[in-house]
Amino acid sequence: MAFLSELFAFLYQAGDAFAFLVLAACGLAIVFGMMGVINLAHGEFILCGAYVCATATRLGMPLPLSVLLGALVAGIVGMILERLVIRHLYHRPLDTIVATWGISMIATQGTLIVLGSTLPGTGTPLGSFTLGDYSFSQYRLVLIGTALATLVGLYLLFTRTRFGILARATIQMPHMAQALGINTGLVYSLTFGLGAGLAGLAGGLYAPTMTLVPTMGSAFLVEAFVTVVVGGADIFLGTAPAAAILGVIKAALTSWYGQLAGQIGLLLTAIVVIRVMPRGLSGWLLRERG
Amino acid sequence: MTDTILKTAKLETGYDSKPVLQGVDIEVKRSEIVAVIGRNGVGKSTLMKSLIGLLPCKRGELLLEGEPITKLSAHRRARRGIGYVPQGRDVFPRMTVMENLRAGESLGAPSPGIYERMFEFFPILEERRNQRAGTLSGGQQQQLSIARVLIGSPKLVLLDEPSEGIQPSIVQEIARTMVRLNRESGLTVIFVEQNIDMIRAMAHRCYVMDKGRIVTELTPEMLEDRDTVRRYLSV
Ligand SMILES: Nc1ncnc2c1ncn2[C@@H]1O[C@H](COP(=O)(O)OP(=O)(O)OP(=O)(O)O)[C@@H](O)[C@H]1O
Ligand SMILES: [Mg+2]
Repeated sequence: MAFLSELFAFLYQAGDAFAFLVLAACGLAIVFGMMGVINLAHGEFILCGAYVCATATRLGMPLPLSVLLGALVAGIVGMILERLVIRHLYHRPLDTIVATWGISMIATQGTLIVLGSTLPGTGTPLGSFTLGDYSFSQYRLVLIGTALATLVGLYLLFTRTRFGILARATIQMPHMAQALGINTGLVYSLTFGLGAGLAGLAGGLYAPTMTLVPTMGSAFLVEAFVTVVVGGADIFLGTAPAAAILGVIKAALTSWYGQLAGQIGLLLTAIVVIRVMPRGLSGWLLRERG
Repeated sequence: MTDTILKTAKLETGYDSKPVLQGVDIEVKRSEIVAVIGRNGVGKSTLMKSLIGLLPCKRGELLLEGEPITKLSAHRRARRGIGYVPQGRDVFPRMTVMENLRAGESLGAPSPGIYERMFEFFPILEERRNQRAGTLSGGQQQQLSIARVLIGSPKLVLLDEPSEGIQPSIVQEIARTMVRLNRESGLTVIFVEQNIDMIRAMAHRCYVMDKGRIVTELTPEMLEDRDTVRRYLSV
């Protein structure tokens, strides 16, 4: 029994880390994988989702709806930014990095000036349960479930829907997609919106679990980048397995050596992976498959 | 409603600072099949790309059914009924045969029974419907690329060297299909080709290109004579 609860505790930790990595990274991965855009403002879409969610909850909206509202608002803001800024920089990857970095700083500082240094939190919903010597939060289990559901949902979106076909055609061969009558500009706009919306979803989901400060996005951004670098451009062959592997590594190091060791472990893994597989897990898998 | 489906007037375009087309004038009537021939590098593919809109026109005008479409982007032109089958086929390699065909629906809503019809024309596509397009042979990819535009029922199809690198039996099958579609539903076709048999099997008329211009036109009578066509192909 002690062994089982030990095992459950480890799986819970790894699952928690996996969920965080998946939710933090999937929006970034989609925007990078589908559009080749490295979005340094990803963390601020997470911030946007978190603030909207917390405010809506505070005003009495049920949490699930508040989370969705946060995702929606972030998605819409993302589409607007795509139209105003990103769209003009598609063929200039370096400029995109600078521009999104600028947007990130403006958003962080703007939030600080307008809303102050912190927003009151709402507290973690649901209770906790104990198993053996350990106590576990039920909300964390909900987060793990949501991360898995998000992956399944994205898989269905990209393989079973009209949008999925148009988006994949556009990323594989933009000129041919256009010549077939696909409005690739709209596809890019929606894809960026989807990436921003997923960031907002992550923000909304984690809002009840953390202190809401204007710089909260950067905590997500680092781990999201590590996951995308390790995973490569494909979300299903890359991001998801990378998050699983990194989740286990992080949980193991954290439980044996503490939080800091977990963080360092993630970065070291990323550095090793870049050396061995420059295009990440999915680049390597796709090459093996030919 | 004019009888002319596509007309260009002094069309000029090129790549960056390199001019290629230097004033192309062509006029194609509804339900015609017209070939474009010429040596390598004279600008045949460039003409096709500028007709679909992947290369913007620098000067001149392009009319589809009497309306100027010079300024329209490629996807708008495609939705007006132009199907483009590029040299090299450009199927979406990591999508299945079926998904490639579905992408063609952006050209126009699929008419009832259109998939059955395509599978009747190109049975191999039905057999391979769930296979990734990148794993098909060149001939199969060419059939897929053609079927992909036909799904959207275009009025005008642009084919750029459909016979290139493909075994003769498939070349014949493609030629037969295009002729049949032309007879049965009045499909208009403009195709770039070097294969003399395919030209003679399909074309009603033929433009000869050189150095970015149309220099001659071969009439149906001239196409009858194999040697005449051969002479122009090797100009
Ligand atoms: N993407 C490009 N950028 C710059 N120059 C190009 C490009 N594509 C073609 N060219 C040049 O434009 C000219 C016309 O090329 P085009 O592809 O239209 O010839 P083509 O008649 O189709 O030849 P082929 O029979 O070999 O297909 C050539 O000199 C070619 O080198
Ligand atoms: Mg060519």
